Amino acid sequence: MSAFAPAPSPPLIEVRHLKHYFGSKDRPVRAVDDVSFAIERGETLGLVGESGSGKSTIGRAVLRLLDCTAGQVLYRGDDIGKLSGERMRRLRSKLQIIFQDPYASLNPKMRIGATLGEALSTHGLARGPGERERRIAELLEMVGLDAEHARRFPHEFSGGQRQRIGVARALAVEPEFIVADEPLSALDVSIQAQVINLLADLRERLALTMLFISHDLDVVEYLCDRVVVLYLGHVMEIAPTAELFALPLHPYTQALLAASPKPDPLIESVAVPLKGDIPSPMAPPSGCVFRTRCPHAIAACAETVPPLEERGPGRFSACIRIDLLTPA
Amino acid sequence: MNRLEVRNLSTSFATDEGRVDAVADVSFAISAGKTTAIVGESGSGKSVTSLTLMRLLPRTAATRVSGEAWFVDRAGSRLDLLALPESRMRALRGNQVAMIFQEPMTSLNPVFSIGGQIAESLRMHKGLDRAAARAEALRMLDLVEMPAAAQRLDEYPHQLSGGMRQRVMIALAMACDPTLLIADEPTTALDVTIQAQILALMRRLQAETGMSILFITHNLGVVAHHADDVVVMYAGRVVERASVRPLFATPAHPYTQGLLACLPGKAHSAGKSRPRRLFAIRGQVSSPLAPPPGCAFAPRCDQAQAACAKGMPPLVDTGEARQARCVLVPGLVAKAA
Repeated sequence: MSAFAPAPSPPLIEVRHLKHYFGSKDRPVRAVDDVSFAIERGETLGLVGESGSGKSTIGRAVLRLLDCTAGQVLYRGDDIGKLSGERMRRLRSKLQIIFQDPYASLNPKMRIGATLGEALSTHGLARGPGERERRIAELLEMVGLDAEHARRFPHEFSGGQRQRIGVARALAVEPEFIVADEPLSALDVSIQAQVINLLADLRERLALTMLFISHDLDVVEYLCDRVVVLYLGHVMEIAPTAELFALPLHPYTQALLAASPKPDPLIESVAVPLKGDIPSPMAPPSGCVFRTRCPHAIAACAETVPPLEERGPGRFSACIRIDLLTPA
Repeated sequence: MNRLEVRNLSTSFATDEGRVDAVADVSFAISAGKTTAIVGESGSGKSVTSLTLMRLLPRTAATRVSGEAWFVDRAGSRLDLLALPESRMRALRGNQVAMIFQEPMTSLNPVFSIGGQIAESLRMHKGLDRAAARAEALRMLDLVEMPAAAQRLDEYPHQLSGGMRQRVMIALAMACDPTLLIADEPTTALDVTIQAQILALMRRLQAETGMSILFITHNLGVVAHHADDVVVMYAGRVVERASVRPLFATPAHPYTQGLLACLPGKAHSAGKSRPRRLFAIRGQVSSPLAPPPGCAFAPRCDQAQAACAKGMPPLVDTGEARQARCVLVPGLVAKAA
């Protein structure tokens, strides 16, 4: 590299060897076990997996809403785990979250205007009552609600409207990065489409970077640029969205795609892609955590944890059965 | 032959703000050995329909039910489920007509072992003694492919995973060999790989026993692969009825069209690139306390006309075994003819 070339800027968010264990030291629940990935500026990264895959724990760890057992989360190259309370508090306005349940994540006793105003005043934004009202009205309009809704309470809104308020609250502090933790799963299909469009519009208008956590593969395919597939706290595969859906490399990704029923009766569905239950994270299988349900497992799979290896440009898979899994 | 034929079913509840029609004038049929799916969003009345058929609505709700639900029992006699005396209904329920629910944790009794719960049903409906009921309960757990069934017999619901609990629910429902299974969102609480297992299990049991299934769901992906006939409900009414393939190929009602168009998976599947915006049905379901005049979907419908507000459009035949409730539909039928 020439001395005059600009140094490559670090990714907006980088997760390095993240581990999060719950419970007792001698028999911990390994919710997240050595997960690494990066999110570039302006990118929407999908985090998919079933119950117990660790996706929500990762979402919270990325925002330092919980302190991890080991590993680092870097924001623009700085380790957020090492920031002082004051610096972390200032950084929080840049990093926001939208929660799954719009019924549980709004204070039922606070008017919407007060909920949004609290976010503003906590971060010292929009000082002065006139400025504050103006900003609240602007936020409500941005998410497709009316300025007069500021006077209402959460129970006066439908689920879809409440999720819009959740989005407005996250946007109030002008964040750069948003974790969206299953923001659609409590909503009806027709309302889901409205919120998907809202997220896509705002992402473009405000140049947001997003970590989109979901179990709904169709939504992830629609909304995300790249996808991280998790199983039992481990990364199975990372790939650009179109390539992942066209040609999943990891046997777990293959099964996950096959199991998700497409809304078209003419597409043949595979009978049962995976047998058995997800093992307990208290006693995960040795070696590859997926091997107990994997149709391609061999004896060697029990011996070592397969490393996440590059199999093509931007494509990573953690599986030793490369013989089965080379991109065509 | 129709195993169940529902005619003009209506259910209303008393609320503080007045009477609410949760289900209005719903008619559909389920053939023997087939699956009819009721699809709809929150408040569409799909679950109230199933609870009305099972006569499981809470008495405190001051419900008013009208209509008929003709069920053909094992002996071949036709019974109106809504008119049967409670004692005869009790003999039918959990026996010839069984039900599974969305959340197996809340529908299993936490203080009885799962073997005990299955055996109870067998003793009550089939008159088996304790030992025979236990042996039969074990056979049922094997039937639903419960891993290590013999050990599980004495376990309690909290010791099982969500998928296993739903297997227990199905074992319980299948214990008395029902001819009609009502499944209300049976896989909604489950992960996709487990959902696939449970759906495959239900299919296998249906093929083996010839039972009919009334499948209540909001998931159009599941409907596409597991239903023979589909009933689309909106705000308590049937807006469209058709066999599964024609429904997905040429939805007639604007609501069904919108529901399919707004699925991110559907927007893709035809080999098209990802559209910049997803089609979205605007607005939201109107309050059942203040329904709009005329068609309930009109305030959200892109194709609405002045006529839509004049009165509730009738459910019109649009072709072979197809019906839709929309003022535009008679015109479409006339044009096609």
